[in-house]
Amino acid sequence: MRKLHKTVLYGLYNDEEILKDAVVKIKGEDVDIWDVFTPFPVHGLDPLLGLKESRLHIAGFFYGLFGTTVAFSFMTWVFTRDWPIIFGGKPYFAMPSMIPITFEFTVLMAAVGMVVTFYLVCGLGPGVTNPYLDTRITDDKFCIALDVTDSSAADIEKYSALLKATDAEEIHTKTI
Amino acid sequence: MSGASFSKIRPALITGNKTYHQITEDICSPTEQVPGAGFVMLLMASLGLLAFGSLAMFFTIWYGIGTWHLNRTVGWGWDITNFVWWVGIGHAGTLISAILLLFRQKWRTGVNRAAEAMTIFAVMCAAIFPGIHMGRIWMSFFVLPYPNTRGPLWVNFNSPLLWDVFAISTYFTVSLLFWYTGLVPDFATIRDRAKGFRKKLYNFLSFGWTGSAKHWQRWEYLSLVLAGLSTPLVLSVHTIVSFDFATSVIPGWHTTIFPPYFVAGAIFSGFAMVQTLMIITRKVLKLEDYITVEHIESMNKVIVLTGSIVGVAYLTELFVAWYSGYVYEQFAFYNRALGPYWWSYFAMMTCNVITPQFFWSRSMRRNITVTFILSIIVNIGMWFERFVIIVTSLHRDFLPSSWAYYSPSWVEVGDYIFTFGLFGTLYLLFTRVAPVVAIAEIKSILKTSGNQYVEAKQKAEAEAHAHHSHARTMHKPDSQNPL
Repeated sequence: MRKLHKTVLYGLYNDEEILKDAVVKIKGEDVDIWDVFTPFPVHGLDPLLGLKESRLHIAGFFYGLFGTTVAFSFMTWVFTRDWPIIFGGKPYFAMPSMIPITFEFTVLMAAVGMVVTFYLVCGLGPGVTNPYLDTRITDDKFCIALDVTDSSAADIEKYSALLKATDAEEIHTKTI
Repeated sequence: MSGASFSKIRPALITGNKTYHQITEDICSPTEQVPGAGFVMLLMASLGLLAFGSLAMFFTIWYGIGTWHLNRTVGWGWDITNFVWWVGIGHAGTLISAILLLFRQKWRTGVNRAAEAMTIFAVMCAAIFPGIHMGRIWMSFFVLPYPNTRGPLWVNFNSPLLWDVFAISTYFTVSLLFWYTGLVPDFATIRDRAKGFRKKLYNFLSFGWTGSAKHWQRWEYLSLVLAGLSTPLVLSVHTIVSFDFATSVIPGWHTTIFPPYFVAGAIFSGFAMVQTLMIITRKVLKLEDYITVEHIESMNKVIVLTGSIVGVAYLTELFVAWYSGYVYEQFAFYNRALGPYWWSYFAMMTCNVITPQFFWSRSMRRNITVTFILSIIVNIGMWFERFVIIVTSLHRDFLPSSWAYYSPSWVEVGDYIFTFGLFGTLYLLFTRVAPVVAIAEIKSILKTSGNQYVEAKQKAEAEAHAHHSHARTMHKPDSQNPL
């Protein structure tokens, strides 16, 4: 398991609405949230956390463009320069018949590229084990985690109290 | 996808007053419990079909295509019929995941995981046929444009058969990636409940998923873009399959109606197969609260729509054959209805045109037994459709001296049985290893579509409405009283 060498103070919540109110409150107190963990994607959470929009689709566009260019130029080169053959009396550069493969290859490159990028950027992959805080997070618990590696004991007390004030069911500390 | 919106007319999609934890328990338990007798019997049956089919496959590959009863006239028979049938079935999974995601249909969450698995297994079964029908399957890599010392000799990029290679490979890859991306958070859920070897296995399969908000954000983005890519992919793949026929000159094949006709037919048979699988799955795995009658009814609506499109296509073909005045086209359809294969045409018309019309009736759509029987009939009908298109058009085309009859050998039938065994085995194993319903996605619609929330909201709406109209009868506003 990858070790992050962080000490984390986290609170567990039972409901996503309570979670969202808690995030608003904690952000209101100017406390940095390290991460929020949920069992499913919670709508409305990303803007509250100030998460920037993902740029995955821009990457996808470029992967797709790469696919289009490669497929179309390769087929054009094969049938105009490398080994031109007359098929069915059609011209050597038969653009309409190149469309299906060009399209399929575009989609293939875009999809494969985006998926691989997604796993790399998130730090996920076959055999990767990321440290996790609680096994119930993938079940029905929502978690707000604060990074307290460099915080004093007094600060940790303050953060704990803040988490309690936001209706956290449980509050724990963990080194991961 | 959940939103804060609540619909006044849409019924609940999750019944049984579930909590998030209950959802996890219900859906993970088939992967954690020892399978019952029913499952073991089904698996034994599938393995039996697979064993007999493997013998037929061995004969096909060892002794060659001579073990089939194809001849010069009918060069494509059961092989390509089965190929198109399986590819068509595969299209429903991607449609449910991708197109229904883009249309924001929350009911897709109950069936999308199993439907996507069905797609992957169906495409695997389909891909076998182009492989074996080439004769030397060990040389099948020749279809790929790789640099070689024979010129280099490239493949014919103008041929629809090659477009098929790219289309089917792309479709399989993208479906697999889309399915697996959705599975990663659900595998993490199972991982966090597992112990010992199972924990190691699901730890590997879940890729280190933590549930971080940023990861969920990217996951949703990826799902949306993959859905946007998969939608034209679904439409294009079966269009390209239809081009295998439409770009030829054979009467009955060379027709521009094929792309939409094939795509509609694929969705039609695919949804019917999803119904067959879902009705069995929800009963055996006790998931009736997640795959509800609402889901079954929604899928039946798609079946009646696409079945009617297919029916209209049949009538269009007949009309245009007559209207065109082209004798070869006219004969092709005359021969289909009244020639030696009239029985297959009759089966096709009955199963595909008449039977889906039952689903115009609401009570029929919501009847599980009727749905199950009709879904099997639809798939039989769609098999006959591909058989009719391929064999009846080939066996009597332009030159009467070349006319021939075709009927399959036991090897061809056995190859088809092999694919049933493969599909059944893979699907049954899937239900034991992976969650059959998308856990995270179902949880995300619980607050808007769970029955306890829907009933509470509807009750609140009714009370507010009653209070409002009560208030109105007490004080009639003058602006609404013309007198």
